[in-house]
Amino acid sequence: MFGNLDFDVIRRALPYLFFEGMTFTLTLTGLAALGGLVFGTALALMRLSGFKILGRIAGVYVDFMRSLPLVLVIFWFYFLVPYIGQWVTGASRPISVGAFASSLITFIMFEAAYFSEIMRAGIQSISRGQPAAASALGLTYGQTMRYVVLPQAFRNMLPVLITQTIVLFQDTSLVYVLSITDFLGAASKVAQRDGRLVEMYLFAAVVYFTISCIASYAVRRLQARIAIVR
Amino acid sequence: MIEISHVNKWYTPSFQVLTDCTTSVTKGEVVVVCGPSGSGKSTLIKCVNALEPFQSGDISVDGTKVNDPKTNLPKLRSRVGMVFQHFELFPHLKIIDNLCLAQEKVLNRSRDKAMAKGMQLLERVGLKEQAQKFPANLSGGQQQRVAIARALAMDPIVMLFDEPTSALDPEMVSEVLDVMVDLAHEGMTMMVVTHEMGFARKVANRVIFMDRGEIVEDAAKEDFFGKPRSDRAQKFLSKILSH
Ligand SMILES: Nc1ncnc2c1ncn2[C@@H]1O[C@H](COP(=O)(O)OP(=O)(O)OP(=O)(O)O)[C@@H](O)[C@H]1O
Ligand SMILES: [Mg+2]
Repeated sequence: MFGNLDFDVIRRALPYLFFEGMTFTLTLTGLAALGGLVFGTALALMRLSGFKILGRIAGVYVDFMRSLPLVLVIFWFYFLVPYIGQWVTGASRPISVGAFASSLITFIMFEAAYFSEIMRAGIQSISRGQPAAASALGLTYGQTMRYVVLPQAFRNMLPVLITQTIVLFQDTSLVYVLSITDFLGAASKVAQRDGRLVEMYLFAAVVYFTISCIASYAVRRLQARIAIVR
Repeated sequence: MIEISHVNKWYTPSFQVLTDCTTSVTKGEVVVVCGPSGSGKSTLIKCVNALEPFQSGDISVDGTKVNDPKTNLPKLRSRVGMVFQHFELFPHLKIIDNLCLAQEKVLNRSRDKAMAKGMQLLERVGLKEQAQKFPANLSGGQQQRVAIARALAMDPIVMLFDEPTSALDPEMVSEVLDVMVDLAHEGMTMMVVTHEMGFARKVANRVIFMDRGEIVEDAAKEDFFGKPRSDRAQKFLSKILSH
């Protein structure tokens, strides 16, 4: 059945696929993971702060984000952000933010919901004696979190955080709804242009699979190492 | 140095952990707190540096009221050293960094000064060679000695100990007690929850016996070991001394 397939189309499209497409995908993944981790940690701290209202706000936010399909969030956000921007800045026209900024903000907000649950579990896994010892030395609440609790929570949760980032890496392909040239978008454009759908989508699948597999393998290695240290 | 007066604490409205506790520790004094499990010893000692809140009564340390909302608690705690049953070293930091963290972040000492102080204290507890290791690579006795050094690095005016040797294997108890005895001989003010009656006999000035959240006995060491006035203290003593 592969008789009339032309795999050379892949070779010719490689620079475009990787320099444009994969660069975008990895940039989006990296920045969204970083932003999601920071925002998610803030949400986790809000939920664990003991202030009822803060905790409730964070809880509603997390539940809300987790009950929406990502595609819808991406889609709606893209159309809404210009108007939100207009409202916030008081400008006379909708603010144009561009597809990249819009999708980055979307992913940060969406992933934060998931990262916050991971970080919450991580913080709760630290025994109460640790923050007590830090307070007893005179560290403030903020310092205790920053220097004692969060580094340990982050380290304990690193394998789960990376696993979530692998999911994020795959999810970034959903930006195709905004016709952005991420890796899948680039493959899809070549596929349409040259009429080589099977070859290009097969290749895209292999690339996503390979990268995710290598990352998962790295996670397992890491897990083993962390287990020894503890 | 420590004034505890009429402290009451409830965990739930129906469960009172501390009932009208009143005592004091003067400068240079070593006070040992003992009593059966669950009698509120840890809770009382944690009230002293406000790790646990309490509902009524007053505690002051060096004239500063810990239960005053206006009190700068981090500042107060930085002057009160505390050693925990389970060491509570920070496992993600090297030994030397365990000693430096609060010196740098709380006392704003320079890295060099903090390191020098840290190394000096490690040498004092006999662990200079372990400075670059992580806590998980040390034995329990070594970890507890590091924990004591970490507290001393803050130049505390008083040290609190909550059963510092009860999580240790028997052969490691004395290496920790030796450090504490030295401290006592140097004139450190200490409040020590412990069942090590040998330690109490050697360095304590007073012994406090707690039962069911109450201070049942608060006596000079000689009187306590001579003839405790209460039945409960007598029973407790005969039990742990028969071991
Ligand atoms: N956070 C808490 N919430 C509810 N009850 C608690 C809490 N912490 C301690 N208690 C209870 O308060 C009582 C006194 O506890 P505390 O730890 O002060 O006793 P202790 O004298 O130190 O005992 P041990 O010798 O076992 O350490 C115990 O009955 C304990 O179960
Ligand atoms: Mg206790």
